[in-house]
Amino acid sequence: MAGKTINIKLKIWRQAGENKPGKFESYEVNDVSVDMSFLEMLDVLNENELKKGSDPIHFDHDCREGICGMCSLYINGKPHGPKHGITTCQLHMRTFSDGETIVVEPWRASAFPVLKDLVVDRTSFDRIMQAGGYVTVSTGGVPDANEIAIPKTVADEAMDAAQCIGCGACVAACKNASAMLFTSAKVSQLALLPQGGAERKRRALAMVEQHDAEGFGACTNTGACEAVCPKEISITHIARLNREFTRASFSGNETDYQN
Amino acid sequence: MSLESKIPAGPLAEKWEKHKFNVKLVNPANKRKFNIIVVGTGLAGASAAATLAELGYNVDAFCFQDSPRRAHSIAAQGGINAAKNYQNDGDSVFRLFYDTIKGGDYRSREANVHRLAEVSTEIIDQCVAQGVPFARDYGGLLDNRSFGGAQVSRTFYARGQTGQQLLLGAYSALTKMVNTGKVKMHTRKEMLDVVTIDGAAKGIVTRDLVTGKVESHAGHAVLLCTGGYGNVFFLSTNAMASNGSAAWRAYKKGAKFANPCFTQIHPTCIPVHGDYQSKLTLMSESLRNDGRVWVPKDKKHAKITAAEAVKLPESERDYYLERRYPSFGNLVPRDVASRNAKMVCDEGRGVGVTGLAVFLDFADAIKRDGQKTIEAKYGNLFDMYKQITADNPYEVPMMIYPAVHYTMGGLWVDYNLSTNVPGLYALGEANFSDHGANRLGASALMQGLADGYFVIPYTIGDYIATLPLGQAVDKSNPAFAEAEKAAQARIDKLLNIKGNQTPDDIHKKLGHIMWEYCGMSRNKEGLEKARGMIQELRKEFNKDLKVIGANEELNMTLEKALRLEDFLELGELMVIDAHNRSESCGGHFREESQTEEGEALRQDEEFSYVAAWGYEGEGKDPSLTKEDLVFENVKLTQRSYK
Repeated sequence: MAGKTINIKLKIWRQAGENKPGKFESYEVNDVSVDMSFLEMLDVLNENELKKGSDPIHFDHDCREGICGMCSLYINGKPHGPKHGITTCQLHMRTFSDGETIVVEPWRASAFPVLKDLVVDRTSFDRIMQAGGYVTVSTGGVPDANEIAIPKTVADEAMDAAQCIGCGACVAACKNASAMLFTSAKVSQLALLPQGGAERKRRALAMVEQHDAEGFGACTNTGACEAVCPKEISITHIARLNREFTRASFSGNETDYQN
Repeated sequence: MSLESKIPAGPLAEKWEKHKFNVKLVNPANKRKFNIIVVGTGLAGASAAATLAELGYNVDAFCFQDSPRRAHSIAAQGGINAAKNYQNDGDSVFRLFYDTIKGGDYRSREANVHRLAEVSTEIIDQCVAQGVPFARDYGGLLDNRSFGGAQVSRTFYARGQTGQQLLLGAYSALTKMVNTGKVKMHTRKEMLDVVTIDGAAKGIVTRDLVTGKVESHAGHAVLLCTGGYGNVFFLSTNAMASNGSAAWRAYKKGAKFANPCFTQIHPTCIPVHGDYQSKLTLMSESLRNDGRVWVPKDKKHAKITAAEAVKLPESERDYYLERRYPSFGNLVPRDVASRNAKMVCDEGRGVGVTGLAVFLDFADAIKRDGQKTIEAKYGNLFDMYKQITADNPYEVPMMIYPAVHYTMGGLWVDYNLSTNVPGLYALGEANFSDHGANRLGASALMQGLADGYFVIPYTIGDYIATLPLGQAVDKSNPAFAEAEKAAQARIDKLLNIKGNQTPDDIHKKLGHIMWEYCGMSRNKEGLEKARGMIQELRKEFNKDLKVIGANEELNMTLEKALRLEDFLELGELMVIDAHNRSESCGGHFREESQTEEGEALRQDEEFSYVAAWGYEGEGKDPSLTKEDLVFENVKLTQRSYK
């Protein structure tokens, strides 16, 4: 579609590898269609760079429809860029103006080491999940799906939490690099649902312990995470995690898991 | 060579039960003596890895993403079918079986499809037990909706993110087993080859995407759960890195590739808007439950914008699906909806700047149910549409056009999901077995999870039990070193071409050839031309490819080149298969074989078979083995949705 185009300047963080020095490099991209996505604009830049014989800018991306959680990028000082409730791959160039300089950085947190350029290692998130982000149920031998009725409002709230895509924007936005919004989304989902009830105490304690062990910071309820979350996950879930954690800390006794 | 499908004897509804009893069992204490390699961690891979580990096997699971949770199953929107009959609307295992086999245009196996319908109900139970927050009604029980091509409400869903929730459920099961140590998870590792010893699969070769290290891994069996190959078209709804390499490498090691030309072109995607476009975005076909598809009656209104469309009087609109298929209307199966969209655009009645789009209009639904109701059903999809196009679908109709979405073809497998290479299995979209020539909506999630949770855990025993107990696979066998060396040589070759075209340049060219000649409509002449063009393009690739950097680093250009090299061969096999099958069926429309009304016309006498292709060596034509399809329980009829 022949439409409006703009010219933009970019300042992008380049880093050859983990623990290697990095710096900002400047680029210009001209005739950018405003209908392009931000990542497509980077594709165009990368194709140009490659043809010139320079190593393309590495960034994580995969589904390009806002659900896999692979894309990241700190754009003009905000995770996933200036718009609310979307991921970087859903950001379109019509958001920017002609001649604008756009600054692009990787997520910055010691628990997310940079692997190359804008690519970071988020396996710490997987390890938090491994500590307890599941219901211990094996395949087979489970009751009929309609055996437990769950009030629609409860199921909906669990779904609100379950929508987390594990992108790490919450960590990138947090001044403490805390991953409490991520951790709480899973704890909250499973605490709301009866299926998660039996393990709720163990889960809250183990996941928070792993969170801290990974080097994520503490939560000070600033709310930056909620503001940048592409899935608009509310810090209410952090409140629920705190309640779960406190209750489990006072009484790890699982016989009173329902209280 | 003939292919043994191993379909159990006996009445259809008893085959699976009987088979489960007849397959060999591995003693629980002995399972821990076997290592299973699972490649890919989408619905099929994650559910298989978790379940096999629960049974006691040691599992090594591999994915090229940074986390198993990112596999492309996550992007499935609409839902998952199951024959629960919770809605009391006449659903049953047999009806789900019947709809699926008919929807696949009678090109799938009765026994496999029936098994799929049988285990569908267990999948829902399993997911709910894991804490998957499916949609519920006010009584607290599970809600259902009807979905593309079904006349009962059997689709379970979690808003517009069903794939995400199911994958996160399978991921949680996998994660639980990683925590126990029974699964070792290998992330950012891409499979480059299968290792075979004496004709049996005994391992894989991988490349570490961060360090470039090429290494091999040994296992008693290898499960490929690596998804489909839709990205052969460059533009598709697949994720950017989805690829066909694992299946292709298995093919080159002797596994048969079945029905490669069966591709699903999904009718409701956001139209292409420029050359820079990197992928196509699907709008869930659940939208067709309430949206009405139309184009202008008259060519003089072609290429109108969505804003102009609102003003076009009803009398000037052609709701062509409702007109041509009064009983199914906008809910006709995907292949039919796609072909019709192409037809009206070919007639010059397409809309939007390119003329390659049709309208999907919610004005009536909003008038009938109110915006609130529509928002509750499709809010996230409407937001997504607005985000991408800057049009507001609450006010103007959406514009949609078909795009490559799913590949029904894949590695040939028997009833046990084993390829013809002993010890090598294919699950989910990577195999060919359940969807025939066209997959019905909400059936992909069902099949991925059926294979992983409920089929392979039983059927793998039949093979494992034949292996000598307590014998680890010998990694000093030269087959491992040779496969590693060959993979390294491939990488070096690509790095040293030092030409001028980027992988994307060449991939786009391949995509154009495939879309033009092996897309929604195919003919003999075009396919012959395409084959020559692909061969030429392969030469271009080998002479003029440009890859920068080294192997020993994160090198996404090299990753693309490796995947593209395989697509360039796979694309040719698709064309060969499409050429061989001179009938129309499902998503495979051969112009030479159509009814007077332009509907797909099957040639059952001649083509009621699975086309399984075998690799015969570089530069040689592949061999064709036919597995005849036997229908004992359904009568083959011309599909009609009128």
